[in-house]
Amino acid sequence: MASYKATRIPSFPRLGEKVTQDTLYWRNYKTPVQIKEFGAVTKIDFSPLSPHNYAVTASTRIHIYGPYSQEPVKSFTRFKDTAYSGTFRSDGQLLVAGSEEALIRLFDVSGRVALREYTGHSKAVHFTDFSADRFHILSGSDDYTCRLWDIPSSAEVSRYSEHTDYVRCGTPSRLNPDVFITGSYDHTVKVFDSRKERSVMTMDHGQPVESVLLFPSEGLLVSAGGRYVKVWDMLKGGQVLVSLKNHHKTVTCLCMSSTGQRLLSGSLDRHVKVYSTTTYKVVHNFDYAASILSIALAPNDDSIIAGMTNGVLSVKHKKHPEDRKMVGGTSRHRPAYRVFVKGKNYMPKQDDFLVRKREKAHLKQYDKELKRFQVSKALDSVLKPHVRLKTPEVTVAVIQELNRRGTLKNALAGRDEKGLSILLSFLIRNVVDSRFAPILLTVAEMVLDIYMKVVGQSAVVDKQILKLQELVEKEIDYQQELMEVLGMMDTLFATMTAKKEP
Amino acid sequence: MVASAEVRVARCGGSRINFIEPIITLDSRFLLCASGDAVHVYSTSTEERVHVLQGHVDLVTGLRLNSSNHLQVYSCSLDGTVKLWDFTDGILIKTYIVGHKIFSLYVSKFHEGTVFIILPMESSANTEAFQLVALHLPKTTGPEVEARDILSVLRDVSPIPKATSFGRGGEFVASASGLQLSVYFFRKQKTYRFSLKANDKKGARNRFTCVASHPNDDCIATGHEDGKIRLWRNFSQKKEYTYSTEHWHHSAVNALHFTPEGTELLSGGVESVLVLWRYGAGSKKDFVPRLGSAIEHISVSPDGSLYCTSHKDNKIVVMKSSRDISAIIQGLVKGETIRTDLLIDPRTKALVCNGKPGHLQFFSLRHDKQLYNLDIVQQEYIHEAGLHQCEVTKAAIDAQGSWLATVEERQENPEELDIILKLWAYDESTQSFHLNTSISMAHEGQISAMCFSGDAEATMLVTTGRDGHFKAWLLADHPDAQGEGASWSCDYVGSYHRREPTRCCFSADGSLLAVGFGEVVTVWSPSTWELLVTFSQPPGDIRDLCFGRLSCSKYLLGTTTKNLLCCWNLLTCSLEWSSTVDVILLQPDPLSENMAAFSRASGSTDLFVFKPSEPRPLFSQKAVCSGTVRRAVFAPREEVLEGCDESTQWLSCSRLYFLTEHMELMTFSTKSEEDQIIASSKQLVIDDSVAVTPFYLLLGKHRKSQRETQDSVSSHTAARIQLPQGSPAIRELLHTPAHVLPSASFLCNMFVNSLLISKSGVREDGRCREEEMGSEEEEEAEEQESEGEMEASVSAQGPAVQGFQTEPTPQLSKAQERELRKLQKADFSWLSSLLDS
Repeated sequence: MASYKATRIPSFPRLGEKVTQDTLYWRNYKTPVQIKEFGAVTKIDFSPLSPHNYAVTASTRIHIYGPYSQEPVKSFTRFKDTAYSGTFRSDGQLLVAGSEEALIRLFDVSGRVALREYTGHSKAVHFTDFSADRFHILSGSDDYTCRLWDIPSSAEVSRYSEHTDYVRCGTPSRLNPDVFITGSYDHTVKVFDSRKERSVMTMDHGQPVESVLLFPSEGLLVSAGGRYVKVWDMLKGGQVLVSLKNHHKTVTCLCMSSTGQRLLSGSLDRHVKVYSTTTYKVVHNFDYAASILSIALAPNDDSIIAGMTNGVLSVKHKKHPEDRKMVGGTSRHRPAYRVFVKGKNYMPKQDDFLVRKREKAHLKQYDKELKRFQVSKALDSVLKPHVRLKTPEVTVAVIQELNRRGTLKNALAGRDEKGLSILLSFLIRNVVDSRFAPILLTVAEMVLDIYMKVVGQSAVVDKQILKLQELVEKEIDYQQELMEVLGMMDTLFATMTAKKEP
Repeated sequence: MVASAEVRVARCGGSRINFIEPIITLDSRFLLCASGDAVHVYSTSTEERVHVLQGHVDLVTGLRLNSSNHLQVYSCSLDGTVKLWDFTDGILIKTYIVGHKIFSLYVSKFHEGTVFIILPMESSANTEAFQLVALHLPKTTGPEVEARDILSVLRDVSPIPKATSFGRGGEFVASASGLQLSVYFFRKQKTYRFSLKANDKKGARNRFTCVASHPNDDCIATGHEDGKIRLWRNFSQKKEYTYSTEHWHHSAVNALHFTPEGTELLSGGVESVLVLWRYGAGSKKDFVPRLGSAIEHISVSPDGSLYCTSHKDNKIVVMKSSRDISAIIQGLVKGETIRTDLLIDPRTKALVCNGKPGHLQFFSLRHDKQLYNLDIVQQEYIHEAGLHQCEVTKAAIDAQGSWLATVEERQENPEELDIILKLWAYDESTQSFHLNTSISMAHEGQISAMCFSGDAEATMLVTTGRDGHFKAWLLADHPDAQGEGASWSCDYVGSYHRREPTRCCFSADGSLLAVGFGEVVTVWSPSTWELLVTFSQPPGDIRDLCFGRLSCSKYLLGTTTKNLLCCWNLLTCSLEWSSTVDVILLQPDPLSENMAAFSRASGSTDLFVFKPSEPRPLFSQKAVCSGTVRRAVFAPREEVLEGCDESTQWLSCSRLYFLTEHMELMTFSTKSEEDQIIASSKQLVIDDSVAVTPFYLLLGKHRKSQRETQDSVSSHTAARIQLPQGSPAIRELLHTPAHVLPSASFLCNMFVNSLLISKSGVREDGRCREEEMGSEEEEEAEEQESEGEMEASVSAQGPAVQGFQTEPTPQLSKAQERELRKLQKADFSWLSSLLDS
């Protein structure tokens, strides 16, 4: 006696993007919090100290936000013109910022007024940062120079004027206090050593460089400019390792995930792409409402913050498992563990006579009905909302099974207005789906045959039937157009092959 | 033409075991069923075939236990004989020659020395009329007896065995034929006939299909064509009979049977559900559903502990009365048609073809046994007439046996065609095929041919469809898919001038693909998908295509519908030779260059075996079978057949099997091969059942010398001495594993005792102690057997003696026998008078 064979649900090839580990990881963020700033957000920098406040440079202000606050906990507003590049020192105590007025200001995070002002640049300073020894400040300016300043004495230590265009970005080495890297609109990325007079390494990016980033190991350097993101091997003397062209507008900012496994790039095309640093393939993609100028990841990837040209700061926090529990409220009382193991952990002794209970195959509701040849009930059970909306393939598989058994007509017949309207709405939703179309067209024909007599008695059903007719007509037109296109392409291919032969 | 006396066409296994109702022996240990012209004895617990009772020369049509001796069985056959067998030892005891075709056989406990058989009525001109007769079995000695003592019981009966049944205590016999139920009472010697109308207003179809009688109540159950079961009572009167009707089956009731106690009535039909009706409880019933296929016969063991149903798919299911299946005996499943080719599984060397609906069967030709069934369709089978079922239409196995491709098809109307191409991977751990890829609608039209490439590294599958395309499928890895292994996907779609491809074939090394499009053969290179060359031999479409192998691999052979067999040379791209033969089937031998071609000639089929390189056929035989040959296949032999002369050389490494029009599986066997089989079967008889253990080897030497001395001794003693190896003590010693044996000192005593040659009287005492347990059963059986022999009054001479070789009966020399007989005949009456006085 063979057991009942359950209805086979065919698995269709999954359309759209594939769900990978990365997709799941990067999707695990809450809906973004939008904070309106006064102008385009050009720089976001996280404090290295807990609780990891972050400084947002926008227009003439620098705001410092707490991790979960929507209001700034502190703001520096003493800029007369646009501020740039508000950056924390590695101890989180000091903040440096450049500005359009060619000044560099140093702030105490707890104070309000600038501690020092460094004058010397003749044009706007777009890039400022601290060196790794914490006693110097780096700066890059539109006057084509980059300079090194001593913090306590406000004196310029050294000046490099090798670039031939605006210096807009740069990064200090975290491991060597003397080394720093700058990127410029003259398409080059230069590595400087403060012990030397001249740059030690020059790399040609090919586009105006908007952002540079060092890997945690500092063996690799990433530069962004134009539509390209390029990765350079520093240990091989600045050879290009890989060139990525995944954006269709200028890439403006770069950022590294906390583990160093993923690289993020934001662009004016409103996308943030996530690359794997092993394969340099795009593993995920975020969409934003406006062009992105700056992006930052909190330590431990707890939040993603992106600043946009329209002055909106988008803050996404990671979902934590504890949060969900809080949302769920009262957790349902579940049976204790010992309920499940009761009697199951008994080890039979040697002479015991074992009597086994026959394993009962678990059947789905529709299979139970089909097993009993109750065809209408089987169809009803797969037309329940959660089945027909979430898994239409199950519904279609059962319809197919009924058709195979030759009892589809019986199952469709004898429905009241409500039942019929459910059936029609399912048809309207799925009849043009190419996976289900062959069988659902049969169903539609049968439904019209069976319920021909009652047309005109119910307004709801009549409306749905008209909608179905419209849908089918539209689909026929569409298919016809597709066939025409196919025919045109065939002629094209035919001419191509004819040319190849002689 | 080569002489073909050496080679003959032989039937090879796979005959129907569901032709008549199987019977279960009294002790429920064995099940007997007719299979072609033999009777098979199966064990009910292990499904193993114990004996094959061979002797009839035509289809066996009836099988009943001898009611006076339960270890014997009667069988009847269309060859006009009734035979009595001892099924425990597989011995023919007696043959009764009747001289007419016998269609059925019945035995009643209350009519000793008589069996009832159904014969055609000789008197009337109508050959379709049959009668039930009582055949008195003469009690004369001798293995063959003419039985002419025939007494007609009922006339105009149905020849179907299940339409006749004997009632309570053998008082009456009920037989149904058409719309009439006849009941004959033996005591009154009177027949009552009850008729039903063919149709009533409700559209019932009242024709009788089967009859069963209650074992200890006056009740007859009849099954009808429309699924009704009628229970007839009070039928000893013409007028006042009554019947009640039960209805569950939706189509004809195929079989009815009462349990021996009469508490339950079992019925079955095309629904393949065994229905158990409780007798006298109205319409209360139990079901045993999903038995796999339509029920043809039902039988119950005499003690009621086992039910047994035989099914349309050549299967016998034995179930306990608790509804648990205890055994399934499955023969070769043969439907009306076979859609797949015959294939050989390279791993098991089993024949693969359509089995049960939606399944592929793997049938071992060597053991005449089904190995397993592979469920291809994986859908619940609905047993309903007129339903369009999903059928497996094509199957192919690659050369290593690691991939199986199947095509299933369901067509309700010309527009709605459902085709699924499935690819199955062989799993080493479970030793069976597992579904890897399922492709629905692989082609827009039906798939007309399918083949695997012979290349071991990159297996490729090519399918040709009625939609005018051929498609190549390759195994492709998808590393990014979550946890999924490699699956098959389409690699290339090819077509040729919008013609419809019909055949495809790979060369042996997989470097060339030939596809037949109508009357054109195109040859492609599968690595670049370049069309290399085309051949055509109009008029006539290509019917079969195949590449030569080994030394003939430069040839491509094709047959056309216009009676042409062509051989193209692939090196010169020209026609090498052609001949006008109407070849219906071309089959290459995978192990040699040989090709077998079946050609149709006036109602029968001829066979030619040839090499593409040689003009003369190696072998040819006219009229291998009547009608056409449906499918054929070369199966590799287990070991190369030696001692073949020129004409049988082609059979040395493989065997050719073919299916005839009537779905009979035939093969070609050589004379030398048959001689070998006979020789080996003789050896089997001599072979002892003692396992080869160190003890056995040690004992073997000892026994030889022992036997020589014994022989000399036994000639002197009147009683034959029990051989030492026959003693249960020794047998126990030899068969028990060493670590569970008692201490050696204890054994030694026993061992030496059993080896001693003692005087019979003393030996008896010694033995009794040793083998109390072991021999009791044996002796009992022997007693019963001899008792049975007496009752049946069958003489103990002749073939029966073979069965009692081990029995220590005194053997008398002929002279002594004559002496005794003389003494018996001598008149000793004078002694009595002497004593009286």
